[in-house]
Amino acid sequence: MAKTTTQTAKPETLLDIRNLRIEATVYPPGEAPKAVTLVHDVSLTLKRGKVLGLIGESGAGKSTIGLSSMAYGRGGVRITGGEIVLNGRDILKVGAGGIRKLRGREVCYVAQSAAAAFNPAHKLMDQVVEASLLHGVATRAEAEKRAKALFKKLSLPNPDTIGERYPHQVSGGQLQRVMTAMALCSEPDLIVFDEPTTALDVTTQIDVLAAIKDAIRDTHVAALYITHDLAVVAQVSDEIMVLRHGRLVEWGGTRQIIKEPRQEYTNALVSVHEIEHHEQKAEGAPFLSVKNVTAAYGGGAVKVLKNVSVDILPGQTLAVVGESGSGKSTLARAITGLLPPEQGTVTFDGRPLANRLADRPKEDLRQLQMIYQMADVAMNPRQTVGTIIGRPLEFYFGMRGAERDRRVTQLLDEIEMGKGFADRYPAELSGGQKQRVCIARALAAKPKLIICDEVTSALDPLVANGILKLLLNLQQQENVAYLFITHDLATVKSIADSIAVMYRGEVVRYGSKSKVLTPPFDAYTDLLLSSVPEMEIGWLEKAIAGRRMESAGN
Amino acid sequence: MLDLKRIPLGAWLGLVLTGLFLICAIFAPWIAPHGNGEIVGDVWEPMSAAHLLGTDNLGRDLLSRMIYGARITILIAVLATALSFSLGAILGFTAAAVGGWFDTLVSRFVDLLMSIPTLIFGLVVLSVLPTNTLTLILVMGILDSTRVYRLSRAVAVDINVMDFVEAAKLRGEGMRWIIFREILPNALSPLVAELGVRFIFAVLFLSALSFLGLGVQPPDSDWGGMVKENKDGIVFGIPAALIPAAAIAVLAISVNLVADWVLNRTTDLKGGRGNG
Amino acid sequence: MSFPILKLIAQRIALGIVLLFAVSILIFVGTQILPGDVAQSILGQAATPQALANLREQLGLNDPAYIRYFRWLGGVLTGDLGTALTSGQDIASSIWPRLENTLFLAGCAAVVAVPLAIILGLLAVRYRNGPIDKIISAFALASTSFPEFFIGYLLVYFFAVKWQVFPAISTVFDGMPFLQRLQAVVLPATALTLVVLAHMMRMTRAAILNVMQSAYIETAELKGLRPFDIIRKHAFPNAVAPVVNVVMLNLAYLVVGVVVIEVIFVYPGMGQYLVDHVAKRDVPVVQAVGLIFAAVYIVLNIIADIAAILANPRLRHPK
Repeated sequence: MAKTTTQTAKPETLLDIRNLRIEATVYPPGEAPKAVTLVHDVSLTLKRGKVLGLIGESGAGKSTIGLSSMAYGRGGVRITGGEIVLNGRDILKVGAGGIRKLRGREVCYVAQSAAAAFNPAHKLMDQVVEASLLHGVATRAEAEKRAKALFKKLSLPNPDTIGERYPHQVSGGQLQRVMTAMALCSEPDLIVFDEPTTALDVTTQIDVLAAIKDAIRDTHVAALYITHDLAVVAQVSDEIMVLRHGRLVEWGGTRQIIKEPRQEYTNALVSVHEIEHHEQKAEGAPFLSVKNVTAAYGGGAVKVLKNVSVDILPGQTLAVVGESGSGKSTLARAITGLLPPEQGTVTFDGRPLANRLADRPKEDLRQLQMIYQMADVAMNPRQTVGTIIGRPLEFYFGMRGAERDRRVTQLLDEIEMGKGFADRYPAELSGGQKQRVCIARALAAKPKLIICDEVTSALDPLVANGILKLLLNLQQQENVAYLFITHDLATVKSIADSIAVMYRGEVVRYGSKSKVLTPPFDAYTDLLLSSVPEMEIGWLEKAIAGRRMESAGN
Repeated sequence: MLDLKRIPLGAWLGLVLTGLFLICAIFAPWIAPHGNGEIVGDVWEPMSAAHLLGTDNLGRDLLSRMIYGARITILIAVLATALSFSLGAILGFTAAAVGGWFDTLVSRFVDLLMSIPTLIFGLVVLSVLPTNTLTLILVMGILDSTRVYRLSRAVAVDINVMDFVEAAKLRGEGMRWIIFREILPNALSPLVAELGVRFIFAVLFLSALSFLGLGVQPPDSDWGGMVKENKDGIVFGIPAALIPAAAIAVLAISVNLVADWVLNRTTDLKGGRGNG
Repeated sequence: MSFPILKLIAQRIALGIVLLFAVSILIFVGTQILPGDVAQSILGQAATPQALANLREQLGLNDPAYIRYFRWLGGVLTGDLGTALTSGQDIASSIWPRLENTLFLAGCAAVVAVPLAIILGLLAVRYRNGPIDKIISAFALASTSFPEFFIGYLLVYFFAVKWQVFPAISTVFDGMPFLQRLQAVVLPATALTLVVLAHMMRMTRAAILNVMQSAYIETAELKGLRPFDIIRKHAFPNAVAPVVNVVMLNLAYLVVGVVVIEVIFVYPGMGQYLVDHVAKRDVPVVQAVGLIFAAVYIVLNIIADIAAILANPRLRHPK
């Protein structure tokens, strides 16, 4: 056995993937199943104790490559070519038993959603030590001791007892750390992190990220870190590999990739948040004012908005920022009348808007349009793009026939899509195109205000960037105002004129963009701002140090 | 939309057989070689050129009886299905759209009706009601509408919370547009597939009742009733009772195949990667 | 075992009891207030008005409906199911031996069908989309489309008439030796098994497949566990509840199937008793048997729900 004899002198290169080719069978609607290639001849090497970041948009094949290091293909994916040399042997040739021996022992996996990846029927500790016991790495007592030490290292609360809990009794951010402890517990050579912080709120993400980074450093484990967020991966990796459509784009040191990208695509990913937008002065009277609005679900049982007041100026953008549960989407529901406020008023053009949607005249409805986060469920799958965009024209302006079609074509032009799209169904569009159609539908009503609810958060960064630029252009052309709801501060910086920061149903900071983003900050805004990853090596350490100092100062 | 070449073999088979049964049912008097009640030979004659399926317990031509039986079976099942469907779907959609006390009241009552097995409750009710075709259709239709209600309410509730329906409400669309243009087109496929399933259930339910002697009354006879008429022959090795029973099975399978295909077409607009 | 879960179970049982009462009302209403007239039904169209009036008086039909309901309910609760109109016999004493027979038949079918369905369901999952899975789903399609009497008479035709291995009529009597009794019910029990097997198998397959596609199964796979250990340690604890649920729902379904099967095999059980008395319009018998069938059905459903509650770790270990 090569492994036991080389235990003392393991090869310097831990993982060497050569010309990896991965295929899957797809079932296109109404056609015969066919094989598609997900990964085209990708090669990579990883030295012991190093971290390689795999970055790319959806469909880049980054998770597929990461999982191939465990000889695993998810959902009918097959490794059809190449070699995967781990610890000096090709793991594609070791057979099912050999693969089982390396999984959980030499390579461990941290999933995006720890909440789903833990078995709800077993205690956390039993699951954390399972692989160590299975592979005979440690006795139960040793493994539990090690697990508790790892819980502590990952700054989990009550490290001695948290293992006695069940997955649903622990929060998402904590579960993600427990999963990291689970991966580290059997002291593997390599851990595959598959978007481990993507599902978390930004202020939680930074803690988990720091915990993962410390743990990697202290245990000298190597890692493949998969993410779509370049700023995140820049904090933890030694090298970064950029992938697109299953092909290698660029591979280099972290500094080189983020500071001196050699490929155009990498450059686009690096500069994705740089949008030119000059803050408009808060001049003139607001046309929509939210005054002291309080709203609750369940007949007043759960207060989700507390005494919120904001103003929106014509042709300007108010960004509402907050994490999940901050009440930012509820604010939109209160303004649109979907959730009538309990107290407070919404005034429009100097007169109060009816609280309930049903009581509002058509004209008021026309002036307030909305764009959703999930474009694919925001459009009726049984209607064509032409019908979807054309309906507001019919409904509000009574346009019919050729006149309507002309206007639909015009709108399609405005969202940079061709006339040919009018006959397509939503299912035939890409994610970005769907969101564009939703924008056109909102624009068709010629509204004064469009509420954008997390409109870019389901999209890949480059596509999202295109949508934001489009929104800014349209704002200039049509003089429409936006209420932009988001959790992403980078987006806010690029497009807002004024900002409202929300926390637990309250507006904690509100004003023009320059004012809100200039110190001195209140505690929450500071936390939020300092948690947004920046594309800067060493940002994570600085941010964590800043927070420690602050808590020491308090 | 509908590409004939893309219809799978199973669905073709289902469509053709269902069509044949329908033709038999509609044109029964012209197709059947003999009259429904006409005695043409001896009791339980074997299959022969004169009587393709032999004769029944009274010496009537079994093939002719089968063709007339198709008419009665399918007619009653179609009417009962129509009733259960219109009743169930209307109440289900309304409950989903209106919500509140109406939804609660209807839903609880449906729960109650469904807590008694359909056949048992049908028997209980039929023990006091006059035995005629109208009663049968009403009892079958009303009892079965509970299932349609559950499905259509669930489908409508699911669609009702989708963002595109909210978008329509925000636009100010009326209830009519929302139900007929937003919800219904998306609910249609599961409902059409369910229509097939409910029809099969109606056929089987009617056959069971007739077999038990509580359904269609002589001299008329549906297939279930024909099984009852001829069942005593079985112990003498005469398979006459098996023929109508098999016909019920074939009809049910054909409709099932069509319903399965309709349901599978629902996912056509989505596509995606399977779990090879 | 914790307090909230006991509370949930207690709630479910209480709900079941409420449901039973509601069902008793429904059955009573269904048989008494609908446009049929019991007295007329018994005596036929030719009855004299005097005879009708006498019978109505005798049956207590002139009392208000709610009084008659409570009188009936009180009887049911104390084990008095009344007397049959047609034979004048005490219903309770006719029902118990028949209930025993029916439960024996259903039990025999369940003993075969439940393990078989679970094993076949597991096989279908293990080799999903393979030939075994295809055969199983074809079989399921056939069996959901076949009327019970088709399956029943096919069995009789071949096993009893052509090959003469089992009796066509299942005669059982008191004090019959167990093995002989078993032989008598082979055919009806087989028919009943075939009636529920496919459905149960299909639902088991779906329940297990649902669990097998969870992310935590992938986690276990990536820890290097053997397929068998994955199923035993990670899939099984989560699949128990849905499978128990499937089994209970199908046993409830079996209770209904038993009616037709008993008539086919002339088996002296509850089903045949019910059908006979529906034809004779013997309302007290129909009410009593209907209520018992409904009660069995409801109890099985309650057990299914309780199994689901017990197996849910979120409820077993609340925050």
